[in-house]
Amino acid sequence: MMKKIAFRINRYDPESNEGSHFEKFYLDVSEQKLGELTVLDALRELKEERDGSLTFRHTCGHGSCGSCAMLINEKNRLACKTHVVDLEVDEGSFVEISPLPGFPVIKDLVVDDERFFDHDSQIMPFISGKNTVDDLEEERQTPGELDRIMEATECINCGACTSSCPTYWDNEDYLGPAALVRAFRWLEDSRNVDRNSRIGILDDEKDGVWGCNKVFNCVEACPKGIDTVAIIEELKRSVITA
Amino acid sequence: MKKHEHDLVIVGGGAAGLRAAVAAREFVDDVAIISKVNVLRSHSVTAQGGIAASLGNTEAGKDDSWRVHFKDTVRGGDGLVDHDACEVLTRGAPEAVLELNNMGVPFSRTKDGRLDQRPFGGHRLPRSLYAADRTGHGIAYALYGENVRLGVNIYDEYFLLDLLTSEETVEGVTAYDIRSGEVVGFSAKSVILATGGCTQAFEYTSSGAASTGDGLAIALRNGIPVEDMEFIQFHPTGLAGSGILISEAARGEGGYLLNDDGERFMKRYNPDMMELSPRDQVVRAMQHEINRGKGIDGGNHLHLDLTHLSQRTLWEKLPTISQIAKDYANVDPSETPIPVQPTAHYCMGGIPVTLDGRVKLHEEGKNWDNLFAAGEAACLSVHGANRLGTNSLLEAVLFGKRVGKAAAKAARRGERGQVGGDDLAEKDDMLGSLLASDGSGRVGALRCQLQETMSSRCGVFRSGEELEQAAAEIQDIKREFEENLHLDDKGRTFNTELRSALELKNMLEFASAIVNGGYERTESRGSHYRLDFPEKDDGEWAVHTFIKKGQGGNYRLSYRPVRTGESG
Repeated sequence: MMKKIAFRINRYDPESNEGSHFEKFYLDVSEQKLGELTVLDALRELKEERDGSLTFRHTCGHGSCGSCAMLINEKNRLACKTHVVDLEVDEGSFVEISPLPGFPVIKDLVVDDERFFDHDSQIMPFISGKNTVDDLEEERQTPGELDRIMEATECINCGACTSSCPTYWDNEDYLGPAALVRAFRWLEDSRNVDRNSRIGILDDEKDGVWGCNKVFNCVEACPKGIDTVAIIEELKRSVITA
Repeated sequence: MKKHEHDLVIVGGGAAGLRAAVAAREFVDDVAIISKVNVLRSHSVTAQGGIAASLGNTEAGKDDSWRVHFKDTVRGGDGLVDHDACEVLTRGAPEAVLELNNMGVPFSRTKDGRLDQRPFGGHRLPRSLYAADRTGHGIAYALYGENVRLGVNIYDEYFLLDLLTSEETVEGVTAYDIRSGEVVGFSAKSVILATGGCTQAFEYTSSGAASTGDGLAIALRNGIPVEDMEFIQFHPTGLAGSGILISEAARGEGGYLLNDDGERFMKRYNPDMMELSPRDQVVRAMQHEINRGKGIDGGNHLHLDLTHLSQRTLWEKLPTISQIAKDYANVDPSETPIPVQPTAHYCMGGIPVTLDGRVKLHEEGKNWDNLFAAGEAACLSVHGANRLGTNSLLEAVLFGKRVGKAAAKAARRGERGQVGGDDLAEKDDMLGSLLASDGSGRVGALRCQLQETMSSRCGVFRSGEELEQAAAEIQDIKREFEENLHLDDKGRTFNTELRSALELKNMLEFASAIVNGGYERTESRGSHYRLDFPEKDDGEWAVHTFIKKGQGGNYRLSYRPVRTGESG
């Protein structure tokens, strides 16, 4: 038995006059294959067999690299980790795919992530205040110290959280949940020495950690299940007690 | 057309490229990385199991030393490891991982806060440091942070087109900016190729979409040899169907391999090392079991059984693979074995380099002044004919550092190369004519043909007949690509179809070298197993294969002996 899956995909080509619009695609999938089919599989098949100009990013294909975050049926997700069956599309409904909201669109589902990565650089994503090369004593870290940052180290910078944040939509200078989670990971690493320079950047009413209004969209969006708001709340404590 | 100038240009931003940049910044200010994907999407971030170093931090591993690590690596490499390179690798490993610890890699710990170590295939002692099963992610992110700290210029989403050379000097590279579609010249005083692996050329592969061996193809087109390309590692435990990696750490933590009878069949192949035998042995045993009808339900996969491991081990030490089994095989590994099959994983061969990463002009003797290679794209012969797990991240960071230093020193001495307008115009024309392709062969379909050919005819078991057939099929696909390609996307902006076409062209280039090298090597050794020549032949074949593209486009093969010495 074949099942017809319908897709509505947001297209945009800056070289054409058409502007942003939705295009429908249909894919026949056997019942047997349907259980395994991810949105990324479907996009790749559509690109390779129907329309080579359909444009999206993807690299690892199994949720590790963070390339393929997009808006799928009104939620930010990784296309490679989203199974079509889980979207519960039935006859008459669509798998609707758009680029990540809140980011400028380059083409189709590809967004401009320059500002996103610029924010990541601003939070100093490294061990700060230490000679990292010449001192080769094995620095210890207790399992408890590692635990404190463990969840935050899992971030893959896919942008799903920051793109879902209303504060970020209103203020593009707001660091956003991804950069804040990453800031916590580096600030609270027991091997980090210099805390003050990073805290100086984070302690800002609008653009820093205080910009978070706890809307919780980011928690729902994170494909790694990171409790972003809880980590940002921890980060607020670190900043205010500094 | 745009031109950029830098002292050192590194192509590729995986672990090797990022580590090279950090090392180079000690000697030169102006370092650039160009990468066809955002560097944090590089395949290194998916490396799971660990990184080897003989720290001896655990009770079971306390007698470890670089010499034992050296001997294990040489033994695993089945007679093709160059001893001098392997000595550098294994002696330097402790320092290399302690640097990573300083840079903030979230390594898993022992109770008293030391760097924990676990067992891995072919290593006789627990030697693998790990960050759960996200070790590559932890390493790449820490190295990326150091690049930010040191102000390395990163050009994300620039696709390498060619090297610009004069005589034995590299002047720079040409690339195109994927976002704008514009050809860009990078002139440099020295260049490092850290372009990564090439196993996307296979149907079942653990590698991501970007592992298309671009540097290997560009080397071949520029008359630079590639070495030992026939040695492609097949990893025992790819997820059945997709080939997604299920880390060897699963067996390191105690997982079993079972056939359809529920038998731990490795006891009949290597009773001493069982599931933790070197990968080439495990893969051949698996393929034997599958071929004799002992795959699960007679099919072409086996079971990786983790059901006897504790929940804590699964979710603290193997969280990624536990999640992958759930997401992509609908299997809870605490209750049900994971269906697995061999998957193309790693290229032991690559661009031949000296111990400082200088690219060789020929088998022996002369080298390029200022062209370097590092990581999976390079061949130092530290892995020989079969790599041990956890030695590749080690190679990437350890030699990444060495090569970064050497390249930076060369840049300090050297002159900046010239990138001419003609060079850029020529590349722009090439892109233009590719964009105009209006035949009927689609890029995806042609790529699938190549991948099927490589997996079915140049896989775990090979034969002269199959390899001949593979060579002919590759020629057919090449012809189709040249004469009948079709691109839908005619635009310049973020044209990923164009990128895929260029990648396919690159894969067709080095695939011929893999097949050619495998056809000529009439013996079985390491990952290269010939059904028609099942014995290892040290008299004739304890040599490295060099393949160079001649004037007429033919591949010329030559050989050099393995460097063995007194070390270890």
